[in-house]
Amino acid sequence: MTTATLGGMPAITYNFAYLDEQTKRMIRRAILKAIAVPGYQVPFAAREMPMPYGWGTGGVQVTAAVLGPDDVLKVIDQGADDTTNAVAIRGFFEKTAGVATTTATTEATVIQTRHRIPETPLRDDQILVYQVPIPEPLRFLEPRETETRQMHALEEYGLMHVKLYEDIARHGHIATTYAYPVEVAGRYVMDPSPIPKFDNPKMDDCPALQLFGAGREKRIYAIPPHTRVRSLDFEDHPFEVQRFAQPCALCAARGVYLDEVILDDRGGRMFVCSDTDYCESRQAAGHRGEMAPPDAALPQPVSPRGEDATRVSDDASSDLSASARGRPAGAGAGAGTGAGTGAGGTEAGHD
Amino acid sequence: MGLALGFADPVFDSQSAFRAAMWALARPGRLEPLAVTLDPPAPLSPEAAALLLALCDFETPVWLDASAAAVPEVARFLRFHTGARIVAEPGAARFVLITDPARMADFAEFAQGTPDYPDISATLVVQVERFSASGLVLEGPGVPGVRGFGAQPLPADFIARMVANRAGFPLGVDLLLAGAGHVAGLPRSVMVREG
Repeated sequence: MTTATLGGMPAITYNFAYLDEQTKRMIRRAILKAIAVPGYQVPFAAREMPMPYGWGTGGVQVTAAVLGPDDVLKVIDQGADDTTNAVAIRGFFEKTAGVATTTATTEATVIQTRHRIPETPLRDDQILVYQVPIPEPLRFLEPRETETRQMHALEEYGLMHVKLYEDIARHGHIATTYAYPVEVAGRYVMDPSPIPKFDNPKMDDCPALQLFGAGREKRIYAIPPHTRVRSLDFEDHPFEVQRFAQPCALCAARGVYLDEVILDDRGGRMFVCSDTDYCESRQAAGHRGEMAPPDAALPQPVSPRGEDATRVSDDASSDLSASARGRPAGAGAGAGTGAGTGAGGTEAGHD
Repeated sequence: MGLALGFADPVFDSQSAFRAAMWALARPGRLEPLAVTLDPPAPLSPEAAALLLALCDFETPVWLDASAAAVPEVARFLRFHTGARIVAEPGAARFVLITDPARMADFAEFAQGTPDYPDISATLVVQVERFSASGLVLEGPGVPGVRGFGAQPLPADFIARMVANRAGFPLGVDLLLAGAGHVAGLPRSVMVREG
């Protein structure tokens, strides 16, 4: 299997999905324990991968360990199938595992994601693999691993509530906009990875299996299907997701997460779906936003990511623009300047 | 006496056995098909052998119950194909093979994990003969609503054992029930009652 004959000489190829079998077994055992204790971070012996830390080495190792020859793989980066990270990882598994790949959420059996959950509802035969930069939700509050481990053991999460309370005291609302902490199955507090808090409700009772891999930090954790995932909040400050004043400029979708795309240097901008597959399939179905190209000019669904467009897709900018355009109640209520920007601009979570 | 063969295709056979075990633990009580290609020495069943060969290696001490330990070929088979140590002390094992489930040892004899590291706990591979959809009612992560489940044979006080196992959460052991071409999971997170 690892050699192929090439002109009489054996040509050395990769083992299926790059990792050696012992590494896969080690990762697989960690995945089983992660599933058995939902939200608990299982240490694992992460390997060096042929890509730098911060580019999804944890997610890639989890994907390599679960992947089989019949799987169909989709890789997304901030919702997009066509960005560098997504294209590179898809190519990696095409080369090392020979698996089929797709950009369609509905066709995929394994979806590796960086910082988004697809808009299309997931099914119970799908596996969502998250790339995680900092798996420990308490890390920025308590830097010592020995302490955070004990805090999880004792279910001592008061510090996290203090942090959220300080948000309220300073900004008038919980200003955490991404990597918003969740409680899994009523026990462990977990970092959902730097997904926008908009996606947090999708984790609750999700039919798909959710696996999380942090390569540099060497942790794997999981949420089994149909598990209660609750975003932390207070009775008088309930959890809320970002809302957008306008629909997607290309497909007119509402109730989805939008990216801001700067069009020129005179303040021109558009808001488009962050989930490119969702947006393109809606356009293919005939939905048109206010800036969508006319049908005649649309041989194929086009992406707004042209040469002129500077893509600004982190939460801070979306949130900023949302508040600048009159973000609805709750978001910026009562606080002074910069209320809507929240914590989005700090601790930028690049994995 | 010859040694029974291991996986014909170690890469893909391991992967499919692991995927079955993974979905089994992720969806407690739901039967996952497990390809039965092995012909291991009795009393080790092909289903249990597939799980152990897929998951065990030199890092995972294995403990055999009395009826499996009584047949030296079982230990030889597992040692040869996985490289795992067969240990006499149940608390030292990461994987436990139960071939005689009606007389299975108390869960407390096996590694439960520690409060800091609940993952350092035993996984029990329990050989059963058949599955059904009644007898036990399951609830918890991985179960939408409630799910009926049953397997035979199991000890008479099985529900009480599972309740005690859940009470220690996040500590506890995780069960993979294997037999009849399928595997079903009962992780420590599952709540079991009679029904």
